Amino acid sequence: MSAQSETTRIALEHETSQELGLPKDHRILGLWIFLAGECAFFASLIGAYLGLHTGVAHGPTGAQIFDLPLTTVATLILLSSSLTVVLGVAAMQRRDVRGMQIWLWLTALLGIFFLEFQGYEFYTFYHHGLTLQTSAFGSAFYTLTGFHGLHVAFGVFWILLLLFQSLKHGINEERTTKVFIMSLYWHFVDVVWVVIFTLVYLAGKVS
Amino acid sequence: MAAITERVAIAHAQERNYRGIWAWLATVDHKKIGIMYIYAALFFMAFGGAEALLVRIQLWQPNNHLVSAETFNQLFTMHGVTMIFLVAMPILIGYINAIVPLQIGARDVAFPRMNALSLWLFVLGGIFLYTSWFMGGAPDAGWFNYVPLSGAHYSPGAGVDFYDIGLQITGIGTLMTAINFLVTILNMRAPGMRLLRMPMFTWSALITMLLILFAFPPITVNLILQMMDRLFHATFFNIPLGGNALLWQNLFWIFGHPEVYIVILPAFGIISEIIPTFSRKPLFGYESMALALSVIAFLSFMVWTHHMFADGLGPIVNSIFAITSMLIAVPTGIKIFNWLATLWGGQIRFTTANLYALAFIPLFVIGGISGVMLAMAPADLQYNDSYFVVAHFHYVLFGGTLMGALAGLYYWFPKIWGRLLNEKLGRLNFWLVFIGFNVTFFPMHILGLEGMPRRISTYAPGYGWTTPNQIATVGAFILLAGMLVLLYNLISTFMKQPDLVQDPWDARSLEWSIPSPTPEYNFAQIPLVEDRDAYWVAKREGSGELPKAEPVGPIHMPSPSLSPFFLAVTIVIAGYAALLHADWLALIALLAAFWQIGLQLVHEDHGYHVHPDVPTGGATE
Repeated sequence: MSAQSETTRIALEHETSQELGLPKDHRILGLWIFLAGECAFFASLIGAYLGLHTGVAHGPTGAQIFDLPLTTVATLILLSSSLTVVLGVAAMQRRDVRGMQIWLWLTALLGIFFLEFQGYEFYTFYHHGLTLQTSAFGSAFYTLTGFHGLHVAFGVFWILLLLFQSLKHGINEERTTKVFIMSLYWHFVDVVWVVIFTLVYLAGKVS
Repeated sequence: MAAITERVAIAHAQERNYRGIWAWLATVDHKKIGIMYIYAALFFMAFGGAEALLVRIQLWQPNNHLVSAETFNQLFTMHGVTMIFLVAMPILIGYINAIVPLQIGARDVAFPRMNALSLWLFVLGGIFLYTSWFMGGAPDAGWFNYVPLSGAHYSPGAGVDFYDIGLQITGIGTLMTAINFLVTILNMRAPGMRLLRMPMFTWSALITMLLILFAFPPITVNLILQMMDRLFHATFFNIPLGGNALLWQNLFWIFGHPEVYIVILPAFGIISEIIPTFSRKPLFGYESMALALSVIAFLSFMVWTHHMFADGLGPIVNSIFAITSMLIAVPTGIKIFNWLATLWGGQIRFTTANLYALAFIPLFVIGGISGVMLAMAPADLQYNDSYFVVAHFHYVLFGGTLMGALAGLYYWFPKIWGRLLNEKLGRLNFWLVFIGFNVTFFPMHILGLEGMPRRISTYAPGYGWTTPNQIATVGAFILLAGMLVLLYNLISTFMKQPDLVQDPWDARSLEWSIPSPTPEYNFAQIPLVEDRDAYWVAKREGSGELPKAEPVGPIHMPSPSLSPFFLAVTIVIAGYAALLHADWLALIALLAAFWQIGLQLVHEDHGYHVHPDVPTGGATE
């Protein structure tokens, strides 16, 4: 009975988990589902921004204060960090732990650079007279980009934790999945920035 | 046999033993978590019910001044918030926790520790909301908390801050439940349990979790925006500074309408389990039932503006949303007819669970029909903000959700607690609740058509409102009597010895194929599922034993952990600190929370192994 049921088990397990072609690892599927929820979260924030960005009251408009060259550099930095995280995961899949660590360090560093740019941007906008309290535009702008920045900061923290874990204990199968799902999250945060850059900065400069 | 002994020998013992209350705080077992959800929901129901009774006593006669207008606002606000967020959703999530893994033949949920975190965020978030009564007053701007009424100008107290922060805390927990059960249902089904073999309750859970996943982020954003306005003087809803009051309404109802289905679809699922069981017939139109659930979920995101017909958004917007709203009647009607067709020609047994299920159908139809009446945009201007709306949503939320939840309580009680509730008391409980419900809420239709606005703390004589209000108040006390009978039934059942009946109802799905109460590992051997209603088929065509998909062996279990509880406590501390404007403490608590989340992300749980008790004869190697 045992041998027979073992065969059926394998055959049928294949059938149920492959019925929808979903990732078999719970954590990977869970992270994708989490990202679906995050899409709804950022869609709501971006929707609120689009509804409020003309409400500038007596404060400055986006067209007056956005510094496109500066934000473009920040964007390029963040987008390069998607490349470095891919190279890190690729190195991990080649079992090149050292290579993975170097690329993850670089990714975290690029994330920190991006946050510095954002901090600098907030600082200059503040001195141009745009605060959270100035206008609905200001509230929506700082809340949307601020929440994106918090996501980047959490991503940096996550990368550093995984990095220290791999430095201290090496890498095993479970940890590779942990690194992989972190990379999915990191890509998502980058994609959201592409949308924000387009709808907030580029469109804001045009109008 | 030798192989098993060897494997047991190498299996290491549980790392740490928690006892007494610590065992409950540290548990990651979906069954215990489900039980705590149900207990907590019943606990909050007592408070929500008490608030409702005070509202009904206040409205007993014209110009009554039992409670002040301010207190009255807090009472109806907290009644709504409690019943929706702290009773309806948690009791259904409790059943989903306790039953869905068993129905799909799984040993646990995908993320057991995250499941515990969801529970503690709900429990502590609910307690957080209730402490508002002692800290300057409860939320008082209605459960949908419209701006500008809920803004700092018109609601200067801390009540609305409790609403904003408390619902964020419980909301994060609910969102994590959605992620957890989506992965569990999609990835952890037993061999052969294809999607179209899943019991309908599991189907309803799957669709509900999808709704939560997309509906909770908009409300979270809305609560964040209002919190920014109230605590940090942002201007999202400040119209002179460019803000927009409709933004709140839009984001609220983009969440709020799916929320209505979040609390009704699992009730549909419960009814779809009980009616076939007590008719001894398979569910009629299984595929159309699953499809109807999916269509309802899809449409539920396209109807939110029907809550805003009176805003003056224009005839085109109103017409579109009136049509999409009425469209929902089609899949809902399919479900009603399928339940009736399941009953048709069945050997119906009138147990308490089935009485509740049978009462559900006509009551929900009444609520559905008044819903279609409200969906007619021009007519809605007449009903808007009147007691007709109150009657409508109590027929769907009480007549629908709560009747479904009580049906589920009587039905699954022996599975969850190993004891049958007393059927005689159950029948008394049912008839008192059924009569009390109709006596309370049916007159409200008439009150609404007579022009009585909702949410007024008192009224003048001479409008003809007094008699219907008095009938409604009498009904509320009949309801109270019914719920006290339920309480007595629960207590007396817990006092007696467990019956340990495995399958008292001669039921159909996998949860009844294992002992009651269920062992911690659920299935000694994961079953092999070859049919819809597999257990029923096994009982009718075989020995009642399901074929097994795996040999007997040690079972891997996740370790209990206190960290979810401590993380939830940290988040609640951050909530209090933000509310009391102790910004530094809030920041430190939030950083501590993120630190704990980070530790969970790198945590590796090796778990422990148990050896299942296999009945003699089952342990063939």
